[in-house]
Amino acid sequence: MRVVILGCGKLGCRLAERLFEAGHQVVVMDRDPEALKKLGPKFKGETLAGSAYIEENIQRLFEEKMDVFVAVTDKDNVNIMLAQWIKNKFKVPRVIARIYDPILAGSYRELGLETVCPTNMALEAIQAMLKV
Amino acid sequence: MYIIIVGAGKVGYHLTKLLLSQGHEVMLIEKDKNKVASLMGELGDSIIYGDGSTMETLSEAGANRADAIVAVTGHDEDNLVISQLSKMMFFGPRTIARVNNPRNEETFWGLGIDATVSATRLINAIIQEQVKAHDMLIPLLTMRGGNVEIVQTSISPASPVVNKKIKDLVLPQGTLFIAIYRGEETIVPRGDTVLLEDDQVLVLVRKVHMEVLRQILLAPGTVKTKP
Repeated sequence: MRVVILGCGKLGCRLAERLFEAGHQVVVMDRDPEALKKLGPKFKGETLAGSAYIEENIQRLFEEKMDVFVAVTDKDNVNIMLAQWIKNKFKVPRVIARIYDPILAGSYRELGLETVCPTNMALEAIQAMLKV
Repeated sequence: MYIIIVGAGKVGYHLTKLLLSQGHEVMLIEKDKNKVASLMGELGDSIIYGDGSTMETLSEAGANRADAIVAVTGHDEDNLVISQLSKMMFFGPRTIARVNNPRNEETFWGLGIDATVSATRLINAIIQEQVKAHDMLIPLLTMRGGNVEIVQTSISPASPVVNKKIKDLVLPQGTLFIAIYRGEETIVPRGDTVLLEDDQVLVLVRKVHMEVLRQILLAPGTVKTKP
């Protein structure tokens, strides 16, 4: 599977490492070259320092077939816009967006976008711990 | 009308003032506290602090009774989410979004935004025309789907349509004269309305018919054919 991960923060970086270890072809993109340095020495996938708003960068992502696109930048709205764009324009089979805001996450899930909401997950986890 | 504007930059601020002066009810949403504080004196109850791409703020601004929501922040992703969220959660207000990066325009059309405004494209159109204001069609608004536009032009003295009735013009199918600004007056045109020189006209036209409309309205000799 060829997976493109946008945003090399705490989540993006670990996700890239795990998917690579599991034998997938991984591309990590972040507009901040420093962020890409967080990737461990075992990660031998591709990295791309640059903005997803620049046409050439997007073209590079599509030089090969893309199976999965994961948008995990720290901005909900950026993840939402790019995920929808990649999904609609390039017909990528799986597109996943991280959305912190539970209401936005719910709304876009209803629109057919695959969303992950860390706030809801933490909420449920804490509730379960407290058994309430 | 009740209009919500998100983003108190230059566009948002002046649009708010303009709409207020025309007697509309307006609410401007801005997420920079300092900006809100500095505009509060002037705009009073017409400005609130908050992130317009959240339900909380849109609800507080009264989005459920808004006729239109205009997203004009400097960030396309915010403008998109504001418009989409408004469509999804409230009773179908019209949504107009500013597009800063021309690439995103196409994205917005595919995602249910009613109309987009692109300053980049507008200025580019003016540069491309490289002729005086009389002789160009300025695209003001692109309707959903991207194939219908509202354009503005002024009728030059040399235009072949001067002193002609609209119904006598041979217009491409689907072309509609929406308004004529004549001096201080705004005219809602009918078939027997006569066009005069220096009229400012707003026309709804299909994109594929833009060239034809240009040939019809503009003075001969000023029309530039694209290479």
